[in-house]
Amino acid sequence: MLLAAGAAGLVVAMTLMIVRAIIGPSHYDRILAVNSFGTKTVLLIAVIGYLFGRPDFLDIAIVYALINFVTTIALMKALRYQSLARPLAARKEASDA
Amino acid sequence: MPEVLMWIGGGLVIAGTLLSLLGAGGVLRFPDVYTRIHAASLTDTGGATLVLLGLGLVSGLSLDTVKLFFCWAFIMLTTPAAANALANAAYGAGHKPRIGTFQIMPADKDIPRDDGPPESGAPEDGSADE
Repeated sequence: MLLAAGAAGLVVAMTLMIVRAIIGPSHYDRILAVNSFGTKTVLLIAVIGYLFGRPDFLDIAIVYALINFVTTIALMKALRYQSLARPLAARKEASDA
Repeated sequence: MPEVLMWIGGGLVIAGTLLSLLGAGGVLRFPDVYTRIHAASLTDTGGATLVLLGLGLVSGLSLDTVKLFFCWAFIMLTTPAAANALANAAYGAGHKPRIGTFQIMPADKDIPRDDGPPESGAPEDGSADE
């Protein structure tokens, strides 16, 4: 029952993060809320795996942790450069030419 | 002895959940982008450590302990890096930290923005070189 209480608290924290992602005044607040939501999702998947007696969910938790980081970095790059395909070093060369 | 470990692990899971709840409340109530990043990053790493350590105590020593350790290691590597990159991106986009007493929160479009990406070197050090 302690694990069930932990899962319920994590769901409440994720709901608060969704609220910040909706009302966040800037883009960076929204990216931060989505990143923190993803971290809490990893914890929730791990806790639910032990709650249901299936610890194999930990593989999904590891994969979700990696995807969460890549998603955050890709969102910030797309927000700054308006494109995902443009390399990071091409902006200075384009401005010099 | 496994009963004691299960109760201690459950208590650690509850503690990590409470820390995550505190971080979510801080992200909702703090006035600035940087303070929100601070709250979310610290409570995410601390809450993940407590929850995964509690789950390791509940499960006992097996292959799942290794999986829990890798999950904790990935979170401890990626969450501070993401917070650092996010604060750098927000500073490069022109967000100013809100300093001092504040009663009125200005709209986000009123904050002046720079055009390009931030330079890698510190711009304040240019005059000190002569």
